Amino acid sequence: VEAVLAAAEEQEAEKRRSITVEKELELEYDLGNLLALDRNPPPAAALRGAGPRREELLRALARDNTQLLVSQLWELPAERAGGAGGPLVAQLPEPTFRLPREKPPPKPRPPTRWEQFARLKGIRRKKKTSLVWDEQAKEWRRRWGYRRAGGDPSRAWLAEVPAGADPEEDQFARLRREKRERVARNELNRLRNLARAHRAGSAVPAAPLHPTGHQDRDELRRVARVARVSTASLGRFQPRLPKESAEPPSRSGGKKRRFEPLLGNLAAERSRQLELLRDMGGKKPVLDITRAVNKQLRQEEAEAAAANKGKKQSKRGKRGRRQQRPGRSGKKSGARRQPQQQKAAGGGAGG
Amino acid sequence: MDALDRVVKPKTKRAKRFLEKREPKLNENTKNAMLIKGGNANLTVTEVLKDIYAVKKPFAVMYKRKNITRPFEDQTSLEFFSKKSDCSLFLFGSHNKKRPNNLIIGRMFDYHVLDMIELGVEKFVSLKDIKNSKCPEGTKPMLIFAGDMFDVNEEYKRLKSLLIDFFRGPTVPSIRLAGLEYVLHFTAVDGKIYMRSYKVLLKKSGCKIPRIELEEMGPSLDLVMRRTHLASDDLCKLSLKQPKGLKPKKKKNISHDALGTTYGQIHMQKQDLSKLQTRKMKGLRKRPAEKSAEDGGATPKKSKSA
Repeated sequence: VEAVLAAAEEQEAEKRRSITVEKELELEYDLGNLLALDRNPPPAAALRGAGPRREELLRALARDNTQLLVSQLWELPAERAGGAGGPLVAQLPEPTFRLPREKPPPKPRPPTRWEQFARLKGIRRKKKTSLVWDEQAKEWRRRWGYRRAGGDPSRAWLAEVPAGADPEEDQFARLRREKRERVARNELNRLRNLARAHRAGSAVPAAPLHPTGHQDRDELRRVARVARVSTASLGRFQPRLPKESAEPPSRSGGKKRRFEPLLGNLAAERSRQLELLRDMGGKKPVLDITRAVNKQLRQEEAEAAAANKGKKQSKRGKRGRRQQRPGRSGKKSGARRQPQQQKAAGGGAGG
Repeated sequence: MDALDRVVKPKTKRAKRFLEKREPKLNENTKNAMLIKGGNANLTVTEVLKDIYAVKKPFAVMYKRKNITRPFEDQTSLEFFSKKSDCSLFLFGSHNKKRPNNLIIGRMFDYHVLDMIELGVEKFVSLKDIKNSKCPEGTKPMLIFAGDMFDVNEEYKRLKSLLIDFFRGPTVPSIRLAGLEYVLHFTAVDGKIYMRSYKVLLKKSGCKIPRIELEEMGPSLDLVMRRTHLASDDLCKLSLKQPKGLKPKKKKNISHDALGTTYGQIHMQKQDLSKLQTRKMKGLRKRPAEKSAEDGGATPKKSKSA
């Protein structure tokens, strides 16, 4: 029996000899890129001499390396594509060799003005049903669009005159005009949001550039401030425009970098120092309840948002960003309206 | 400029698709290469460019006219071309007395030059000179790099990365095994780089894996490295950064043990064991006599509670 096994092994080895290649160091393979890296130093002396001998050596080296790479590729899980008679197709793994990208990865678009406001106020998106019950037609109709629930608004035959309106005015014309204005305003806002996102993405420098027209509000404000400060007395004696703010916003920030004059209000200074001593000396730490509660709520909201984002990130583009969050409005508004109720809890937590 | 700052709103669906193809994406398109002739390109260099174009079709753009620029001094024209044709790889050929048969191979990141390496062509054998049958256009080549210089020397490492990027072709999930016809072999020896292309013939061997025979086919180049313009380390790191969305998602509740068995975890809600549906064994069913006895025993309890 052993003799038979040995003979079988011999045969196997004989068969494999045609495809085995001996190498000092193993090659590194990246099959996703069909790549093989050979670390063995090639025979430099032999390759120095020019002519066909060099070509032969290079070809032999290439043959060996290719044989090894192809052996690796043939080891991959393969299947017959397109039924039994189709070509043999191997599943390639992901490429491992790190190559630089062509362009930087896409940045998520910045939130629109409404999205910022909604986040600030804690307004969440109410999920609406797509069909509404139409009492008139006694069936389920769409909320908007073709054959909507309230009937076609362009064929409305009745337009009530509102209380304070001019009786001679054409109500239908007014409705049509208002719709046109609404559409135009929405389109303008949409384009502004797009421009803002585009600007945020490309990081255009904030220096005032545009000569005339097409300047937005922030830029005009900036330009006006720069113009005011470019006088000899740095804008201290410039008259102000009717709607401009009385005190200029300090360039180096708001509240934190404001310094009081040195020899000013003695009483204020005294009271401030005494207050400081009292806060430092007192046993109980001073806690601003509203601030603490709001901060906590913000944090919780941020955590919930992060968790939700991780769970349900859809690629639906702009619409997909508005996610449904678990209802928390009761707790938050409750806290804002009644900070006193939380005092016990706050005091307990602080003390 | 004002015009470049503005948001270009596309007016047709075709324009919209065109812009969407060019914007940054999570999974990027295959990199295109542009092949440019310098002001004084000679026949050798032109032939090299034409051969590389044949290898890299359809992911290459060949510029027919001569462009008088010096990439190492001024990169703005290259960046402009890259932006216009949405190509992130380039090969610039020129020839002068100081640098004969010069090829500058380079790549871009965000339409700015990332790496550039200048190579001199010492010997060139074109596709036309070797009278063999060629493999079809657009075949994904196998790439092999031989020589320890490609790992030891920093410039050679970058060159290796550049060459892989250049000749890689589209990334495919699966490949037809019989279609592995083309191999590019780079050897780094003695300060020179030998690039050879072979056509692969799969011969029968005793077992499943075929025996390889190579036939010299396509362009073969003997290159020597001249100047380099490599990106700084932080720019390199920035370009290598992959966005988080590309990481493969972990499959939860599945685990494997050392012997190859796959285990799955199922999370159940709390079950009411008294209401479990089990198999009904006819022999174990309650006889009517037993049932009445139990009922008799059970009812006093009920009357107590009521």
